[in-house]
Amino acid sequence: MSKPVRIAAGQGFWGDDLEAPVRQLEGGPIDYLVLDYLAEVTMSIMQKQRARDPSVGYARDFVPLMERIFPRCVAEGVKVVSNAGGVNPLACAKAVIEAGRRAGAGGRARVGVVVGDDLMDRLDDLLAAGHALNHMETREPLAAVRDRVRSANVYMGARPIVEALAGGAHVVITGRSTDTALTYGPMVHEFDWPWDAHDLLAAGVVAGHVNECGAQATGGNCSAEWWTLPKMAQVGFPIVEAEPGGEFSVTKHAGSGGAVTARTVKEQLVYEMGDPTSYVTPDVTADFTTIQLTDEGGDRVRIRGVRGGPPTPFLKVSVAYSAGFKAVGSLVYAWPDAAAKARAAARILRERLDRLGLAFDRVLVETVGWDSTHGHLAGDPPPDLPEVQLRVAVRGRDRSAVARFTREIAPLVLTGPPSVTGFAGGRPAVQEIVAYWPALIDRTVVEPNLAVHFLDA
Amino acid sequence: MTSTMAVAVPLLELAHARSGDKGDTANVGVVAYDEEDYPLLVEQLTAERVKEHFGDLVIGPVERFELPNLHALNFLLHEALDGGGTVSLMTDAQGKVFSTALLRMRIAVPAEVADRVRGRGRHPGTATRTG
Repeated sequence: MSKPVRIAAGQGFWGDDLEAPVRQLEGGPIDYLVLDYLAEVTMSIMQKQRARDPSVGYARDFVPLMERIFPRCVAEGVKVVSNAGGVNPLACAKAVIEAGRRAGAGGRARVGVVVGDDLMDRLDDLLAAGHALNHMETREPLAAVRDRVRSANVYMGARPIVEALAGGAHVVITGRSTDTALTYGPMVHEFDWPWDAHDLLAAGVVAGHVNECGAQATGGNCSAEWWTLPKMAQVGFPIVEAEPGGEFSVTKHAGSGGAVTARTVKEQLVYEMGDPTSYVTPDVTADFTTIQLTDEGGDRVRIRGVRGGPPTPFLKVSVAYSAGFKAVGSLVYAWPDAAAKARAAARILRERLDRLGLAFDRVLVETVGWDSTHGHLAGDPPPDLPEVQLRVAVRGRDRSAVARFTREIAPLVLTGPPSVTGFAGGRPAVQEIVAYWPALIDRTVVEPNLAVHFLDA
Repeated sequence: MTSTMAVAVPLLELAHARSGDKGDTANVGVVAYDEEDYPLLVEQLTAERVKEHFGDLVIGPVERFELPNLHALNFLLHEALDGGGTVSLMTDAQGKVFSTALLRMRIAVPAEVADRVRGRGRHPGTATRTG
């Protein structure tokens, strides 16, 4: 049998361990380095950045990373596949080409960039043609917020990635590709899997789900006896060893930290799971209840038996729209009676907001150190709680009301309950809320627009 | 399984869990430490009981899905994240710690199971049986 293809995860989100991709490259042989930078909230953040500066709107960490690793990737034949392009993949690709030249990879490196997932310019035409883009949870039609839409991108599958790899790209940059496509795209390319081989594609999706959150598959954020996981400072990110028949192993580099066990992999498999029998992607619908998982020991988990079915006639669209403003203020109250003081301060603050006639869609009071994460399940505060952080957040459509709220936190220090501190950071910032609107669209109206451009360094 | 009296233990001692978000919905995946305990989880961790456990932390319905192949259950907690993502005002806007909130739930198990799992899920320095 031919050698398995080693597909290494290097980032689980924009903001992940900057050294992880380098460790994946230097820790042992790999064939692909896949870097997932996008989450639902990330697209909204990138959209905000592009609105301020049209030359950005992508995962900027990717550029200095590529400057660092480009020569080695080209020399060793390691291909990089990433959705770092965010809402501006072409700008990202140009920056990466420049980074490649600076790093001395000029004349030898090809970047494939996937375009066509941006629906913003076509939105009114699509709505006029009857594509209502109803919110997937609330069923509300997009028309309700059309004038506040900032971006609209379709989730793409692996077809453009496969096309880019077939065209000789060393680096593939996409916008809103599904996280899993970054991993199974290389499998389809390497093994020539046909697009109707649903079981094989479904296995690729499972592999992609394992890879897409980086170290969450290798002991990171693992609730199963977390204290037993070794060397987390140098945690190894997951590596999928893919085979043409659809079976694969999950492992990590020898000597790296963390662990690959049935527990660490299972916990990642159920992460952000919906109906496990119907894990919908643009290319296949995978059934996670068919996964047969074996812990082979030595940081190696074997997965086989995955079944899948055809994809749906729809693609998911990620729309970002302006949804008002919010701000979060906090103060720290110390023993004695820390929780009682925090609650009293919150009551005073709310009365002042009412007297000022400020209306908000929502005011949320939490007490960090007591109930901010588990709510009523945390029970009553312990009698001698040493300290708590009062955290008050407001949300509303009126920016000026939210701005006035940010000026009402600090006065509590001199006008409210005692033994209060933690206000040195100044007034909280007013943040514009760019919200996420998931919708479905008939795939036949968007797929013809997806295209791969090649740029040579 | 009914040979001895049932004892209430925190789910923390029987299972580990991870949670995340999809919009305003949190998901909690619960995985049995020991395969033999999976049927207990299926029997005890009903969608209704999980909904009751969370109370006003989950406004919408709770859905449950079974993954017997992984000895796991997946719960969808609808309308649990104050609008979710960038809209939510919650510290845990992305539902990351709904996992341990569910692991607080007390479930009835036979006494021999309670003895076998006692203290599991807690750091050895802090191990106590509290819910």
